Amino acid sequence: MKLHDIAIARSGDKGNRATLSVVAHDPAHYPLLERLLTPERVQAHYCGVVQGPVTRHLLPQLGAVHFVLEQALGGGVTRSLALDAHGKTLSSAILDLPLDNPGTDTPAAR
Amino acid sequence: MDTYRIGSGAGYAGDRIDPAQALAEHGRLNALVFECLAERTIALAQLRRSRNPAAGYDPLLQERLRAVLPACLRQRTTIVSNMGAANPLAAGAAALAVARELGLPRLTVAVVTGDDVLPWVRRHNPVLMDALPGGPACAADLGDRLLSANAYLGADALLPALATGADVVLTGRVADPALFLAPLMHHHGWAADDWPRLGRGVLVGHLLECAGQVSGGYIADPGQLDIPGLADLGFPLAEVQADGSAVITKLPGTGGCVTRLTCTAQLLYEIEDPARYLQPDVVADFSQVQLHDMGADRVQVRGGHGHTRPDLLKATLGYRDGFIGEGQISYAGPGAVARGRLALQLLQHRLQRLGWAGLDHRADLIGVDAMHGPGLGADRAPYEVRVRLAVRCATQAQAERVGQEVEALYLNGPAAGGGVTQSVREVIAVASALVPRDAAPQAVTVMELCDEAA
Repeated sequence: MKLHDIAIARSGDKGNRATLSVVAHDPAHYPLLERLLTPERVQAHYCGVVQGPVTRHLLPQLGAVHFVLEQALGGGVTRSLALDAHGKTLSSAILDLPLDNPGTDTPAAR
Repeated sequence: MDTYRIGSGAGYAGDRIDPAQALAEHGRLNALVFECLAERTIALAQLRRSRNPAAGYDPLLQERLRAVLPACLRQRTTIVSNMGAANPLAAGAAALAVARELGLPRLTVAVVTGDDVLPWVRRHNPVLMDALPGGPACAADLGDRLLSANAYLGADALLPALATGADVVLTGRVADPALFLAPLMHHHGWAADDWPRLGRGVLVGHLLECAGQVSGGYIADPGQLDIPGLADLGFPLAEVQADGSAVITKLPGTGGCVTRLTCTAQLLYEIEDPARYLQPDVVADFSQVQLHDMGADRVQVRGGHGHTRPDLLKATLGYRDGFIGEGQISYAGPGAVARGRLALQLLQHRLQRLGWAGLDHRADLIGVDAMHGPGLGADRAPYEVRVRLAVRCATQAQAERVGQEVEALYLNGPAAGGGVTQSVREVIAVASALVPRDAAPQAVTVMELCDEAA
């Protein structure tokens, strides 16, 4: 099982920051998202893409976890050399995370 | 119940037009909003205006109005849009021309101006927010490369325009949610310091501002999340009560869907801290929002909140930032990845020979690492790859050379490269700065078409 099997993700741009939302298809899976998707885990997953810190916001009543990824867009949409200057495809990368034994391979949740 | 029905007719400058026409004709709307200004759109529009004083508004304004004006006038649906871009007054004249061309009996357009803060920025030299290391730190550093400076006006700038009873309200730069908040404040009589209601109005605006993105667009993932009727995606509308609570829905019979999932994804889209969404009219708080999926493409939205508005306005500065030269070439079949990598090595060598190795550049293998770099997915060999070289250049001539180097791989590179494309574009970058509210002196100009035969 991967995150792709239980959640959707969407990213957006704000200057040189990317926003990343992960929303569970079934709100009952929210605790799993909160446990799996620590800021450290997200930062490690986007190693080489996201140059700055990752901030997490929890929205349990919506079944959603939301992140702000600093220095993630090659200087910002308008001047980036990247093919996907908006970082629109960044969201799909997180869905590749495996769900198996999420408690053992993640740092302690915040 | 005093329900205000407000629809979203466009989520960006190039958005589809037929869903807006359907909303105008069948949505029984009080207002139809078109949000058409991305960050750098105004700078590009300013360039067009500098070449032609009658240009600088949204190039699709007339086509959009042609599609919706007859129904909107008939049903007294107010049209609100930032399609004025860098020239709202010319946009107003263009709107009147459409009404005349359609033979409509009358039209009143109210044009909001005051977002252009370029003179203030030139005089006061504000620091730039989130400046990049080694990059420009304040407005003066941009020198004569600075093209435009526009403050994000709030709903307060639109209220006097709505008070004229105009059929169409056109603006330049306005905070996107304010295009929706203003008609809600006007209709429901919300006070300018009623922070909780203003927060809920911003919430409605934010949910609607990207149009189809809340009604099933940009979310389909076959096998995981199938969306019905995506080719005929309907645009959303909100039914908003006097207390600011709302139902997000769409027209029956249109494609797409409105669900807890589509609304949650849009709610958080491009938001940083959900508890502090900074707007000119209010600091909106979405952190406690509850979405109740009522079925049949209806989602109830409650729990939005708000706090005292910020003192300053955010402004976007557009400036010339050199050129990007780019070239691409494809390789396919056995060994495609290895030949693509060889091509990239050759291109890096060519940059060195030209003395350009120090230039900011990207050398990507599309299909392998162009999206997320070498760390993610690079171990999965695709059948075909596309080499891409993009270089930040000082001049157009230098940028043209980049594509030529890629094209030269035809005769001088690895086997069986094909499908070369080259491009050169001037970079119009944006930066942000904070400006005082009085840097943007707001005004409303009313323009009317009267039935001369009457």
